[in-house]
Amino acid sequence: MKNFFRAFCRNKGGLVGLTVLALVTLLAIFASWIFPDSPWDMVNAPYMPPLSEDSLLGTDTLGRDIASGIAYGARVTLVLALVSTAVSVLVGITVGAIAGFYGGKVDQIIVGFIELFQTIPGFFLAVVLVAILTPSIGTVIFAIALVSWPPLARLVRAEFLSMKHREFVEAAVLSGQSNLRIIMTQILPNSLSPVIVSGSLMVASAILLESALSFLGLGDPNTMTWGYIIGASRSVLRDAWWMSVFPGIAILMTVLAFNLVGEALNDAFNPKLARKRTS
Amino acid sequence: MTALLEIRDLSVSVVQDGPSTPVVQGVSYTVNRNEILCVVGESGSGKSVTAHALMGLLPEGELQISAGSIRYRGRELVGLTSKDWYGLRGKSFGMVFQEPMTALNPIMRIGRQVDEVLERHTELPAQARHAKVLQLFRDVMLPEPEALMNAYPFQLSGGQRQRVVIAMALAMEPDILIADEPTTALDVTTQAQILTMIKDIQTRMGIGVIFITHDFGVVAEIADRIVVMRRGQIVEQGAASDILNRPQAAYTRQLIAAVPHKPQGKAAVTEASPMIVIDKVRKTFRSDKGRQVLALDDVSLTIQQGETVGLVGESGSGKSTLGRTLTGLILPDSGSVKIDGRELVGLSRGQWREHRRQIQMVFQDPYASLNPRHRIVDAVAQGPIAFGEPRRKALTHARELLELVGLGGDAGDRYPHQFSGGQRQRVGIARALALRPRLLVADEAVSALDVSIQAQVLDLLKTVSGQFDLSVLFITHDLRVAAEICDRIAVMRLGELVELGRATDIFYRPQHDYTRRLIDSIPGRQWSKPDLSDAGSSEDAIAYAT
Repeated sequence: MKNFFRAFCRNKGGLVGLTVLALVTLLAIFASWIFPDSPWDMVNAPYMPPLSEDSLLGTDTLGRDIASGIAYGARVTLVLALVSTAVSVLVGITVGAIAGFYGGKVDQIIVGFIELFQTIPGFFLAVVLVAILTPSIGTVIFAIALVSWPPLARLVRAEFLSMKHREFVEAAVLSGQSNLRIIMTQILPNSLSPVIVSGSLMVASAILLESALSFLGLGDPNTMTWGYIIGASRSVLRDAWWMSVFPGIAILMTVLAFNLVGEALNDAFNPKLARKRTS
Repeated sequence: MTALLEIRDLSVSVVQDGPSTPVVQGVSYTVNRNEILCVVGESGSGKSVTAHALMGLLPEGELQISAGSIRYRGRELVGLTSKDWYGLRGKSFGMVFQEPMTALNPIMRIGRQVDEVLERHTELPAQARHAKVLQLFRDVMLPEPEALMNAYPFQLSGGQRQRVVIAMALAMEPDILIADEPTTALDVTTQAQILTMIKDIQTRMGIGVIFITHDFGVVAEIADRIVVMRRGQIVEQGAASDILNRPQAAYTRQLIAAVPHKPQGKAAVTEASPMIVIDKVRKTFRSDKGRQVLALDDVSLTIQQGETVGLVGESGSGKSTLGRTLTGLILPDSGSVKIDGRELVGLSRGQWREHRRQIQMVFQDPYASLNPRHRIVDAVAQGPIAFGEPRRKALTHARELLELVGLGGDAGDRYPHQFSGGQRQRVGIARALALRPRLLVADEAVSALDVSIQAQVLDLLKTVSGQFDLSVLFITHDLRVAAEICDRIAVMRLGELVELGRATDIFYRPQHDYTRRLIDSIPGRQWSKPDLSDAGSSEDAIAYAT
C-alpha cells in the first residue's frame, strides 16, 4: 500500500488532480456554511459583473449569486457522478464477470446485449430516457449508469477471459472451490486494477453527461447544477460572459482532475509502463 | 588461435543513486577464432547480461558497465557511441535469441527480412542480395530455400524459424556469433539438429561462437571451452573436456551431479489392481475456422496404485491434453476414464466433485500457478476448506504440509512473490497434497526450473509419492528426467501412444523408431558424466547409447 502511494505520487499530474478534487469536495461539503443563502435566492441585482460588491463571481439574469450556485452545484454534480458510476461499475463487473467466466452461449448472449447498447449513441439514449421518465435525480443517475456500463463490462469480460485459463485458477477449480468463490477470491482481485482506472475516468464522463443533460434543461428542476447555470445563461453569453464561463471552468477543472487521477492510478498499477513513458 | 574478443574484469551494475551491488562482477574471458565457447549458469548468474553488455545492448537507464574493458580485435568497445555500435553489430557480431517467434516480424516474408539486413549494411544490388539470401538459407539447411523465401514466420516450425534467425545473424558474415539459449524453446529432436548445424557452420566459417546455456548436456555436445558462471561471477573456466570430466569448483561439481543422466531405474512395482484405467480416449480440438487437431487418438493407459508413470513427448504430442482429461479440465470426445472401476467421463460437475480430490495437479509455471494475492498457507488450505474442513484445522494441516515440503517457519504467511521458482513449485506440490489425492498429475512440473533446483524438486516428488502411496503421472518433454523418477514410461507422438514400457527398457532398449530418435537427440549423449560421489572422478567412459 505504501509502495502504491509512492508510485502514485511520482506522477505530478495525479497530485494536482487529487488536490483539485479535494478542494471541490471541500467546497461541496461546506457550501451551506460559505453561502448561507439558497443558491436560488435572488440576493443581488441581476447582471452584476464579477468582483462587484457582495458577489465574487457576479450574478445571473435573475440576480442569483454565481459563486453560490457553483458551490451548491458541486454537491449535486459530485454525488450524481459518483453514484451513477458506482451503479454502472457494479453492473459492468457483474455482467462482464459472468460473460467472461462462463463463456460459450452465455457469453454470446451477453456480448450481443452489450453490442445492442453500444450501437445506440449514449447521449441520445440518456436524453430520451430522462425525457420519458421525467427528470429527477433518480432518473438522471439511472440514465447515466445505463449508458456507461457497457464498455466496463467489455473490459471485465476481457480480463476474465485471460485470467480464466491461468494455472492458479485451474488449481482452484481442481481443489473443488465453487464458481462464485473462484470469481470473487481468485479472479476478481487480480483484474481490479484496470477497473479502478477506468472507473475514475467514468466519473469524469458522468460529470460531462450530467452537465449536458442539465444544460438541455433535463436535470432535476429542484437542484442547482453547473450544467443548469450554463444552460440558463446561454442566451446572454455575449452580454454576460461570467455566467457561463465560471461554471464551465468548474466542469473543466473537475473533469480534468478525474482524468489526471485516473492516469496516475494507471501508472501506479503498472509502474513499469509508467517509467518507460517518462524516460 | 587468435583472440577475437577479450573481456577484462567486466562489471555491470544497476543504474541507481548511491551504491549498488553489481549484477556482473569482475568477469574475464576471451573468445577465439574458430571455437565454441559455452557460458553455463543458472538463472540470475549474469550469463545473458554479460553477452548483452558486449553487444552494447544493455537496457539504457537500467544497467550500465561500471568497470572493465571489452576489446574486439584490439579495439575498446566500452564507451562507444550508439552510432559506432551500429556499424559493429551485424558486421562483427551476430546475435541469436531464445524465442525465434518474437525475433521475427510476423507480417513480413522471411526472405525479405534477411534481405533487409543486407540492404541496410551493404551496397549489393537486389539480385546479388537475393542470391546471398538463398545461399544463407542453404547454409542453415532450410528445406526448399527458393519456396521458403516467400513464407511468413507463422508458416514455419519452431526449428525452421530459429534457422531463419541464425541466417539473419550470419548475413553480414560476422566474426562472432552470440547465441543466447537458442535451443531452449525447441523440442529435443529439433534441438539436436540446430546444435549440429551451429557446430557445422562454426567449423565451415571459422568464426567464434559464444553459446549461452543452462544445460550441461548441450554443453557436452558442442563446447570447445567452457565458462561456468554463478551470481555474476566466473566460478571456473577451461577446456571442455577438463571441466566436463574433471570439474574443480564445488559449484560445477554440484551442477554436473544434478544433470539427469544414465537412469538406474527403480525396482519393479508388484502387480496390483489398476487404479486408473484410461481406455480409447479421443479428443479433437476444432478452431473456429474449421481446422482440426487430433490431440488424443484412442489413447489407452493404466496406472497402478503407488506407481509413477512418465508421459513423454514433444510439443503437440497430446501429453498435456491427456493429463488435463484425467483431471476433468478437458472433456474427451469419446472413450472412458475409470478410477477404481467407476466411470469419470460424462459426469456432471456436481458428480465430479466427489472424485475431484482424488486426482490433483502440479502445474508447469511456478509463477502463474499461485494467486499473487493470497498467502501461501491460504493457497494450500483453500482446497480442504472448499471440501468442508473447518478453517482452523485446514490451516494447521496446511502449515504441516508446507513444513513437509521444506517451507517451515513463517513461510506460510508470506506471498508468492517472495519465493523463488523452486520454492513456489514446492508450494504447488503442498497444495496438491492438501486434498490427500491418490493420483498426482505433474504437468512439466520441473521444466521451468534450474537444473540444481530441478533435482531437489524431483527428490521431493519421489519422497512424497512414497510417503503417501501416491500414483504420479509425470508429464515431461525430457526423457532423461522421466527415466530418472518413473517406473514406467509412455511415449506419445501426434496424439498417439507409440511405446509403453519399464523406464529402463525404454531408455536402454527402445523398440519404436520414434523413441529411438528421441533418445538419439538427447544432448550430450556421448558424454559420460563423471561419478562425482567419490573424489577421484572416473574417466573411463561407458557409452550407454543404443
